[in-house]
Amino acid sequence: MPAFPTFPKAAREATGNAQLRHNLRKATGTIRGKRAAVVAELDDWAELRRAGKQIKERTLRHLDTYLEQVEAAVIAAGGTVHWAADAAEANRIVTDLVRATGERDVIKVKSMATQEIGLNEALAEAGITAYETDLAELIVQLGDDRPSHILVPAIHRNRSEVREIFRDRMGEWGRPAPDDLTDEPADLAAAARRHLRERFLSSKVAISGANFLVAETGTAVVVESEGNGRMCLTLPETLISVVGIEKIVPTWADLEVFLQLLPRSSTGERMNPYTSTWTGTTAADGAGDGPGTFHLVLLDNGRTDTLADTVGRQALRCIRCSACLNVCPVYERAGGHAYGSVYPGPIGAILTPQLRGTADPLDASLPYASSLCGACYEVCPVAIDIPEVLVHLRERVVQGDAEHPRAKGHLAERVAMRAARTLLDSPRLLGAAQRAGIATRRLHPGRLPGPGAAWTDTRDLPQFPDESFRDWWARRSAAGEGAPAAPAAPARPTPEAGQTPEAGNAPASGDTPSTTPTSAPEERK
Amino acid sequence: MRVGLFLTCVNDTLYPGTGRATVRLLERLGVEVDFPAAQTCCGQMHYNTGYRHDAEPLARRYADTFADYDAIVVPSGSCAAMVRDNYPRLGRRARDEGRGEALAAHLDPVVPKTYELSEFLLDVLGVTDVGAYFPHRVTYHPTCHSSRMLGVGDRPLRLLRAVRGLTLLELPEKEQCCGFGGTFALKNPDVSAAMGTDKARHTIATGAEVLCAADNSCLMHIGGTLNRQRAGVRVMHLAEILASTESEPADPSSAPAAAGARAAGAPCAPAADCAPAAACAPASTTARGGSR
Ligand code: SF4
Repeated sequence: MPAFPTFPKAAREATGNAQLRHNLRKATGTIRGKRAAVVAELDDWAELRRAGKQIKERTLRHLDTYLEQVEAAVIAAGGTVHWAADAAEANRIVTDLVRATGERDVIKVKSMATQEIGLNEALAEAGITAYETDLAELIVQLGDDRPSHILVPAIHRNRSEVREIFRDRMGEWGRPAPDDLTDEPADLAAAARRHLRERFLSSKVAISGANFLVAETGTAVVVESEGNGRMCLTLPETLISVVGIEKIVPTWADLEVFLQLLPRSSTGERMNPYTSTWTGTTAADGAGDGPGTFHLVLLDNGRTDTLADTVGRQALRCIRCSACLNVCPVYERAGGHAYGSVYPGPIGAILTPQLRGTADPLDASLPYASSLCGACYEVCPVAIDIPEVLVHLRERVVQGDAEHPRAKGHLAERVAMRAARTLLDSPRLLGAAQRAGIATRRLHPGRLPGPGAAWTDTRDLPQFPDESFRDWWARRSAAGEGAPAAPAAPARPTPEAGQTPEAGNAPASGDTPSTTPTSAPEERK
Repeated sequence: MRVGLFLTCVNDTLYPGTGRATVRLLERLGVEVDFPAAQTCCGQMHYNTGYRHDAEPLARRYADTFADYDAIVVPSGSCAAMVRDNYPRLGRRARDEGRGEALAAHLDPVVPKTYELSEFLLDVLGVTDVGAYFPHRVTYHPTCHSSRMLGVGDRPLRLLRAVRGLTLLELPEKEQCCGFGGTFALKNPDVSAAMGTDKARHTIATGAEVLCAADNSCLMHIGGTLNRQRAGVRVMHLAEILASTESEPADPSSAPAAAGARAAGAPCAPAADCAPAAACAPASTTARGGSR
């Protein structure tokens, strides 16, 4: 894995990039609104969501059975099935398959699984060029870039940047962009279409992913909106599909649920423009709806380990709709690259550390890349409780277990947490600490050192009040219920004349020297 | 009915005004409320940062302290959500680890008795008009844990709408997180600050005098940002607005988080949803003079 900086570091750069923040806010904001509108149209959305969750959950519980069913069905339909335990094995299988065809070029339809395993790079090493055919993937590929969104991988680019990329780089990959290319979306799309069409017609091998695998018939399903997928799936002679083992749905009836959940959650459409399904190979007589040769590569790459974790396994229900990215306030500010993975946003924060482990500092920082606001859980069409998994993975990061040794860099935090627990487990110690805080409040710095500096750079800190609630209550009780009276401890600070601390939310504003004896409490019935 | 007030460690330590307002409000409504002194913290900071085992004794303490009350009122959406959402999980996880049913049996009874303030007022007492008077322009931020984890819905808004003199203004993009998130603010300071800045901008855009919420940790974060910007908008807890009456009106302009207040330090509050810990005591002792 390339060395990416940890999330907070990468996010600092992103938050400082005004153009990027603008692009992201606009794009996610628009799609958020569309999603909300089309979801609101369905009065059975909650039931659909529950059905989606349950189908996936049941399938995952019996995954071994369904995988065998898929294998048998694909073979029966004339396809070949390969099992890949990890990225290296999957890349080796695909490279060998392409080599066997004698071709040096392959076209690809959007497949996150192949990005996850770094297939393009592995093919390049073997002298094979992979051409991305999804418009956004094309932009990313031509720009020597990385995707930053599940659905809109080039979300971080605006159209003038796209125009520049097309103009400067398209020629190196095939048909160049026209000289008079403008940054009008229609113009850009036309340039991409002409460029790609040549490629589609000349390529004999295609590599795809799949959104779903229907176990009962061994059918692979790709859902897309540009039609490039359809071209990849129908024109070439050989089709190699790399699919994560969690993509199975048992039956076509089950598939129906997801074909409703996915487009609405993803693009905010009622139905998506192209849904392609293929089962095995075309028979010699031309009957059937598949390619001449079909290979299915079933990819594990950390999924079985994820499945073994009773809390974390729900991440495998994900149908990659990207709804969670579009509502995530952290993603909106940090952008997709900060997550250092093909899966960014909330789902990336829980999936990546499970697939890759938490030994790398970046992966260990991902479970913390969330304020736990819960917006992702609210929109997820298969009800993945992302906050629950985040907290669960944080525990893995700080505690470690047999398979996931404890992450470095948490010693100071662990000590502080332990100390805080000791303090908070004792009302007596807590009260003492409160009084110490109050007595020394004049000495507290307005700017904090160390990690606290990040806070005080942009925010003012609250100040200790004149008296903790617990002390006020004790005084009030001593004086008789509901009528707290008069002076308590002489050292206790008092509000300045005219101040009414109870009026405000917070502690007294406190430029007051806090040594005068306490006056009558401010609150009387 | 025996009602226990779980004030939360943040409120107890930094925002006692919220506690006093809650007591005044409940007593005005005829509720006899008790503050059992054995209470401390719900354990949210530990739980959410990944220190579940350290959260367990705190949860146990909560359950012990409040076992005998008929209802427990919490003026903090996020701490109430910790109890209602995460205590059952603590119990389940302990059981999964082969530690029997003991923890679950301990925690379970207090879970359904725990109410966030607005829930208690509407669902238990059945009042919407609490007899408050607060003649100011107010906008309301539905904090994430109140609205998403607890699902308080429009309860706080119904209460605010019944306050005499109050003008309620709609907060743009109100459902977006303010960026506090406990230790998130420390671990991801840039994103947290960017979120806080946007929330402050939306707050200012409403033209409100006061931003109201039912969580002081979020208000600390947004208020701190508003303060730094000298925005002139005050933040107030829902309880303080509801406690305000004609005879004892709350005055937002004296709210200490007001613009122009000097930046003052508290040891470790920003690090947590929880109270200051000795471990986080200020590293510097630079005295700062008042700037007023
Ligand atoms: S986690 Fe849920 S919301 Fe996010 S991409 Fe997956 S299915 Fe969609």
